[in-house]
Order: sequence, then structure tokens, then C-alpha cells
Amino acid sequence: MPSTDLLNEAERIMTICNACRYCEGFCAVYPAMELRRTFSEQDLKYLANLCHNCRGCYYACQYAPPHEFGVNVPKTFAEVRLEIYQNLARPGFLSGLFQHNGMWVAMISSLCILILLLLVFFFQTPSVVFARHLGENAFYKVIPYWYMVIPFSAMAICIFINLLLGVINFWYETGSQPGELVGLRANAQAIRDVLQLKYLDGGGHGCNYPDDRFSMMRRWLHHCVFYGFLLCFASTAIAAIYDHFLHLSAPYPILSWPVMLGTVGGLALLSGTGGLLYLKYKMDTAPAAARALGMDVGFLVLLFLTSFTGLLLLMLRETPAMGTLLAVHLGLVAGLFLTMPYGKFVHAVYRYTALVRNAVEQSRGGR
Amino acid sequence: MTDLEQTKTDVLVVGGGNAALCAAMTARKAGTRVLLLESAPMDFRGGNSRHTRNIRYAHNRGNDCLTGPYREDEFWEDLLQVTGGKTNTQLARLTIRESEDLGQWMRAHGCHFQPPLRGTLHLARTNAHFLGGGKALMNAYYATAGKLGVEILYEADVRDFEIRDGKFDAAIFEFQGASRKVRAKSVVVASGGFQGNLSWLKQCWGKAADNFLIRGSPYDKGRPLRVLLDHGAKAVGDPRQCHAVAIDARAPKFDGGIVTRLDCVSFGIVVNKYARRFYDEGEDFWPKRYAIWGRLVAKQPGQIAYAIIDAKSIDLFMPSVFAPVEADTIGELATKLELDPSALGEVVNAFNKSVRPGTFDPSMLDDCATRELEPPKSHWARPLDSPPYYGYPLRPGITFTYLGVTVDEKAQVIMNTGRAAPNIFAAGEIMAGNILGQGYMAGFGMTIGTVFGRIAGKEAARFAVDGSAE
Repeated sequence: MPSTDLLNEAERIMTICNACRYCEGFCAVYPAMELRRTFSEQDLKYLANLCHNCRGCYYACQYAPPHEFGVNVPKTFAEVRLEIYQNLARPGFLSGLFQHNGMWVAMISSLCILILLLLVFFFQTPSVVFARHLGENAFYKVIPYWYMVIPFSAMAICIFINLLLGVINFWYETGSQPGELVGLRANAQAIRDVLQLKYLDGGGHGCNYPDDRFSMMRRWLHHCVFYGFLLCFASTAIAAIYDHFLHLSAPYPILSWPVMLGTVGGLALLSGTGGLLYLKYKMDTAPAAARALGMDVGFLVLLFLTSFTGLLLLMLRETPAMGTLLAVHLGLVAGLFLTMPYGKFVHAVYRYTALVRNAVEQSRGGR
Repeated sequence: MTDLEQTKTDVLVVGGGNAALCAAMTARKAGTRVLLLESAPMDFRGGNSRHTRNIRYAHNRGNDCLTGPYREDEFWEDLLQVTGGKTNTQLARLTIRESEDLGQWMRAHGCHFQPPLRGTLHLARTNAHFLGGGKALMNAYYATAGKLGVEILYEADVRDFEIRDGKFDAAIFEFQGASRKVRAKSVVVASGGFQGNLSWLKQCWGKAADNFLIRGSPYDKGRPLRVLLDHGAKAVGDPRQCHAVAIDARAPKFDGGIVTRLDCVSFGIVVNKYARRFYDEGEDFWPKRYAIWGRLVAKQPGQIAYAIIDAKSIDLFMPSVFAPVEADTIGELATKLELDPSALGEVVNAFNKSVRPGTFDPSMLDDCATRELEPPKSHWARPLDSPPYYGYPLRPGITFTYLGVTVDEKAQVIMNTGRAAPNIFAAGEIMAGNILGQGYMAGFGMTIGTVFGRIAGKEAARFAVDGSAE
């Protein structure tokens, strides 16, 4: 449970906002707030995760610091979210990973790379690692097929279950009705909101990043990351189908679906994460939660490096560098997988769940 | 910034709210050099405009943010009604005419509008709402003004004007701890009223002013207004009057803005510190009455009153920022509010006994009224009999003052001699009294500010270029 002080602060702010309501045009948070007169802990957890951190309300706020009311919604909600991520982390003893999250993500990823490199160099002779491998099964000559498939599939399944439990836990944490989580219309609405990133448009004009001016930059960059991620996922899924059902082994030619999707996805991820990192670097820090910065940056850097090494691997796959690069890239992928439930990635899970809740209550016109 | 100790510009704009920025942007677009002096620090720039949320303007058809037409005639009728005819017809007609499709000009200068949502549906047709409210509008205008090349100084406090032969020559202002002087070919004074000036308020209201809360900007000290009046500008508007609303007594002393409002008066009773009722709480709809309640409370001993409702009404009005004082009995509530429990008990009993049966309906002037009670409660009168009981302390909240300077249709300031000052212009709250002689109409202050800001900017630039305001 987030600390009482923080929830009290969130409640204080929402009470002020609810008496003002000037920001109701920006996003989903304010119309959801207006359905309430008082704010329970559950309400606040839900509203905090409905917030997309666009900052429109901060710059528009006549009560923002240095006003004595000191209303800072984006910052307060980001802090609430961070504590919720931490509290809902399962198994519970891993929740500490959300403190100094950037450091943990960096360490775990580095460790994964190190382990991959050690294993490769332990089980393979340098002549194999540094050889030029061409044609079918080239990658598997460095890391045998099953050594790649089994650990990563196992990780993927565990993460999926973990995140699913997160959704269910969050649903209960916010006091929502169990059956409504699977409502078709609400989920369809939430998926639409996600695919468009509706609430990063700040009422039609974008977010206030890096400063008080409206800009669609953050929305487009996030789209690059989101769709880049999906394309890379699709690339991997198609590659698996090729391999298992069509018995076509990697590496695939440039003009094949896995490579094309992966390349486009990788480039999108690279530009999206690079751009978002740039925005983070340039942004006004007043509406930001300093505590969450490491988590945000850690995730972005990890995604950036993963796509960067993936693209590098593609370019250099017919050179002696392939073996080492493969180990590094897979190490980063492993780091990404392992830290998914314990880092910024979880925002996608909880925000989606909050959007479902929002779709449910807005269609009902009340709580 | 030592070069500022003696500097020159074409058009000097005094003030930093909506009217000032409209004037500055217009004058700058006309090709003149413009210096704007805002007395507030950057975080609090924009005067009372930062507390606004919409603007009323004439339009022949609706759009994405206005639900239907609002033509000049209807606008004029509305104005006549709220002012009771206390308006300068020529200037009022001009304001309404020039307001037509103002939204387009505002959009072109960076304003974003939003469709009206839950809070303000009754204004959906007549008033266009700024996305995020007035501070967001000010941010957009400051950004646009900056891009256009308007020079802006914050915390620049105008103290005096040098006027020669009826012509403005220079302004003296405090900036970064030193007194500076700026010469300009013309000046636009758009510095609002004086609600932030407690000693001036005290001159008007005496000691009672100590108990006023200032809902508007504390940076509206009225010094440029004082300067103009001292130099012989012809005053307009009642020097004692102000827009005074009954607000939550626990609100901040300054700058509380919209959230300090309390919309529960018409659902219960209001008593003074001696637990006596003093006015018909249900005389009319609250949006039509809240502006008189500030003055009503100001006339009560200690300038304090208490709105008392019961559990039946607690969810009927906009949520307020401060939690009500709550109690299970009227006596306990009185104690918590530091009222005499037996006196309050008697008042509530008398009120409850006088309530006639009726059909309660907050959406209309219903038939729930009192009989043989003084003062009566004409509508929405229901017995206070459902615990818990809730109390809210009320004090007068001053949003803006009415005293201003007289202008003509070129926004030129009229002097006591009856002649217009050739290069002194005024816009916004400081001249709104010409048009809004009394009463209040939502979003109309922004109309006056925008229309006269543009006129003043245009005329000031013309004078700066031609040397005459012809």
C-alpha cells in the first residue's frame, strides 16, 4: 500500500481539483474524478494509473507551486504509481527492485550479458565464436537451438503469468467489480485508447514536453516505441512459426518477414526510445517525480540497447563479430525479460487496466 | 539591466493579464516596439485572467466548442438585463460587435478551446471555454507575445507617469530594487483593479475590509489606476464597490480563485455570528445570487456567516475544497462553529416549523417556501431534520473592484477636462466599468479585455507611428 502521507497528499489535491475542474478537457483523469465527491484509497490508486503524465494540468494550474495550495498532479500521481508498482510486485520480496530501479535494471542486464558471454566462451572454443558462420543455423552454431528456445520461452511464460496476476491484483486494489475486467466493450474501448494513445493528446494538442508548450512529440515517440515493440514481437513470433512449422531456420534473408518486421521495429524502437530519452533530458523537472526517473531511464536505455544490438547483429551477422554480438544481444533480451515485471514496463499493464475501469464507469455514467 | 534606467520604446503596456497581452500582441503586429511591464512574478503572471475559464463572444453559428448561435441582439439583451441599463451604450454595442468570432483571433494567437463538459453546461452556447482555463490561455499568449518580439519584464511595478501637456511621456517603475524610467510614444494601461491593495480596500470599507478574503490576484494593487486618477483621468464606477462573493471562510487570504466557492446557500439556511438569519437564501438560483452574498456577509457583524444544511442536501452542489463541519445534532454543530447552541436551535426550529410542504426541485424555482418567517425563504426550503448536519463558514471574497477610468471607443482615456488624452489608452478591468456599470455576466470581463485590448493596441501603435491617434 502506498504510504499514507502520499495518499493523503493525492486526496488533498484531488479535492482541490474537484472543486475547480478547469482541466476536464485534458484527459480521462478529470472526468473520472468528477464522478466522485470524496476519494478513497482505491479511487486514488485508480486515478493515479489513469494519468498518462501529459502535464497539461500542471501548466494550466492556477494552484501549482509556488501557490500555497501547491497542486502538482503529475508529480504526485507518478509517486503514487511508483509505490503501487512496488507493492504489487510478485513475489513480494522482489518489490525492493523498484527502489533504485535504474541501478537494478542496469545490474541485472549486465549480469545477463556477462553470463551469456561466459557460457558461450565456456562451451565454445574461440575458433567457433569468432568464425564466420554463413547459411542455415548460423546462430545455433554459437548457441545451440534448444539452449536459446527453452530458457527464453520459460521466461516469457513466467512473465506473462506474472503480469496477468498484476492485472488481477490491481483490479482488486482499486476496488473494481471482478466480472467487469473481462467486459468486451470496455476492453475494446481500452484497446482503442491504447492503440491511439488517446490521452497523450492533451485534449487535441499533445503533451507539455519538454516545457509548457503543447507538442505531439511525446505521443509520436511513444507510438514508435509501442509499435516498434509490437513489430519486434511479431518478427519473433513469425520466426518461431517459420522454424517450427515450415522448418525454415534462421538467419533469414533480408527480404523475409522476420527480418523486415524486426528491422522496421528495431529502427522505430531506436528512434522512439532515443527521442524519449532526449525529452527526459530536456524536460522541466518541476512536474516530475525524481524518484521515478531512474526507472524510466533504465527501461528506455535497455530497450534502446536491445534494439541497437539487434540491428547491429543483423548488419554484422556474416562477420566474425556475430558470435559475440549474439551473446550480448541475447543477454540484453534476457535482462529485458527478467526486469519486465520489476520496472517501467508494468506501467502498460496497470494503465491498461485503469483504462478498462474508466471505460466501464464512463459507459455507466457513474461509479 | 542597467540600460533600463533610461530606456525608450514605442508602445508601453502596463499590466500583464488578458487585455495587456491582447494590446501588446496587436501593437507588436502593427510593427511597433512594445515593452510590457507585469507587476507579478512569472509564476503568478496574468492578473485575474489566470482565474478565468471562458469568454463570451457573439457568433452566428455554433462550432466544435460552442453548441449554437449567440447573436449580437441576444448578447445585448443579456447585457441590458444584468446591468439594468447602467452601461455606456456606444461602448457596449462596440464591445459586442467587435466580439464577433473572437475565438478565431484567439486561436490564431495560441488559445486552445475545449468543448464544454459537465461543470458549465449552462454556458455551452454563449461562452467558449479555454482548454485548461485562464492560466493556460495566459501561457499561450505570453508564448505568442514572446515569439512576436514583445519585450516582457516581470516584477516591474509602475509607480508614476510623466505627463506633459496632457501627453504621456514616460513611466517610472520599480524593477530589481531600483527605480527606472521608460519613455514611450504611447501607453496602454491594462493593470486591472485594486482588490490586492488592502489599505485601499480599507479606505472604502473601513475595518470590515480586514475580514475580506481576496479571491483574485494579490498583484492587482491598483497603482497605475491611482496614477491615472491622480493625473486627472475621469473616474468611472462606484469607488466602493467590488465583485464580492460569499466564499468559504477558510480560503487563503489571497488568490483562492474558483475553488473557494460554496454553492450550498440555497439548500439550507445562513446565519450570522449571533445565529440569526438575515436574507432569503432561496430568493433565486444561486448563479444569479452568489454575487450579492459577498456584500450581505460583509454587512454582518465580524463579516462572517455560516451556511447550514443537512444530509439531504450534501450531494446537491459542487464539491467544495474544505470539508464541512459535521455534527449529529444542531446543538453540537453550533458548538463546533462557535455559535450559541440554544440560539441556533431556536432559529432552526422556527425555520423548520415555517416550511410549507412542497415538491423539492433544485432545477427550478420550486414551491418549497416558508410561511410567516422573517426573512422568508422563497424556494428550496426543506426542514433541517436529517443528521448529520453540516456547516460552512462564509466570508466575503473579493474578485475584483469596480472603480476605473473613462474611455472612448478608441480606448483613449478621458480626462476630467472632458478631453481624451491623445496617447493614453486603457483596456480590461480598469475600464470595464464603462460597460458593466453593475452586475456580472460570466465571461464578459474577458470579452471587454480582448476587444479593448486589441483596440488599445491598435490605436497606441497608430499613435506611435503617426504621432496622432487619428
